[in-house]
Amino acid sequence: MATLLDFRRRIRSVKNTQQITRAMKFVAAARLRRAQEAALAARPYAKELTRVLRSTISRIAEPQHPLLARRPEERVLALVLTGERGLAGAFNTNLLRRANEFFRANQGRKLLLIPVGKKGRDALRKAGFTLIAEYINVLARVEFATVREIANLVADLYAKCETDSVYIIFSEFKTVMSANLTVEKLLPVDPEQVKEATAEPSSAQVEYIYEQPAEQLLDRLLPRYVESQVQRAMLESSAAEHAARMTAMESATKNAGDVIEALTLHMNKVRQAAITKEIIEIVSGASSTA
Amino acid sequence: MLPEAIELVIVTPTRQLLRARTQEVTLPGANGYLGVLPGHAPLMTELGIGELTFQGATESAPLSVIRGFAEVLPDRVTVLAETAELAAEIDLERAEAAKARAEKRLTAGDPNIDWDRAGVALERALIRIQVARKYRGVPADSR
Repeated sequence: MATLLDFRRRIRSVKNTQQITRAMKFVAAARLRRAQEAALAARPYAKELTRVLRSTISRIAEPQHPLLARRPEERVLALVLTGERGLAGAFNTNLLRRANEFFRANQGRKLLLIPVGKKGRDALRKAGFTLIAEYINVLARVEFATVREIANLVADLYAKCETDSVYIIFSEFKTVMSANLTVEKLLPVDPEQVKEATAEPSSAQVEYIYEQPAEQLLDRLLPRYVESQVQRAMLESSAAEHAARMTAMESATKNAGDVIEALTLHMNKVRQAAITKEIIEIVSGASSTA
Repeated sequence: MLPEAIELVIVTPTRQLLRARTQEVTLPGANGYLGVLPGHAPLMTELGIGELTFQGATESAPLSVIRGFAEVLPDRVTVLAETAELAAEIDLERAEAAKARAEKRLTAGDPNIDWDRAGVALERALIRIQVARKYRGVPADSR
């Protein structure tokens, strides 16, 4: 039978764990707020950029650009955005499961993978995939320089015909409790999608004076557009990761509380039993000598 | 009827930098500076590396703008800059250091350097220094 001391030790240990999970919860909450702010701050640029791109595309009868070129999908490049660390509930597992579904759906095609985030890198490497590049420790704080590097890399691979399409697999932040696992086609850029994304009935077509030929503007705009898509995915994923960790740590803290309560109850029972036993012994001892 | 003022919006990939009403904006276009007054014809341009100034009732401060695009409408100017900073935000010492670095790279005589990149780095540093000096009231030519 467990002694009182054993109970005290276990309770103390659970309490320590609870303190850690509680601290992690607060850290995740603070980071989540920062990630959400960053996502919010990036929105106006993305919105205006899409609007400008749309108006430029609609200006050109037959838009020609390496990033718009469609090819039969024989080689597929996927950016897999996972978390940097564990202890975030099923966040990484869910995303990797979705990624695996995507890989299965693309069986027979050549798969090129770029993991972003340490967990994804480790898992994909273990599964025996060849990774053409990897980005780790970049999601905790999404720097625009990293976004640009990733976007330039995939745009470059696409323009050089090293791949026929680029997808991005990430968790879209919905609410703190839930994230949407999303697979988005990054390249080739679909002009129709650009048009739909910002279709505002109020903004009528304006005839612009173009300082540069529209084709040249398109050439500059498209890479920026790819960047802003990658940036959005990374910010969403980062927010979703922090949200998942916050939720996981909150329930861990709650569970620890339940365990402490149960242990305390048990410990008190054992203590009571011990006291009762001692009293009985004393009483029976006294009655026998009397 | 001409609009009375221009709404100037400057956004970068990481934030919305500025939203102000103004009477006049000067943009660093890729083909040279262009001044915009209320009622300007709709125009779309690429931006180069340069200084953006605007006149407002309450404030008038230059900004350094590094590449991007601008959309001009009669009552609205939207600047999509790759990088933009208010003069007050510019770290003058860092810009000076970047300038020195770029100059060193360009004059070191190493045939393997990326000339475009070094040139752009120098241009970037110079415009930051110019804008920062202007804001601080130091003559731009005293460098």
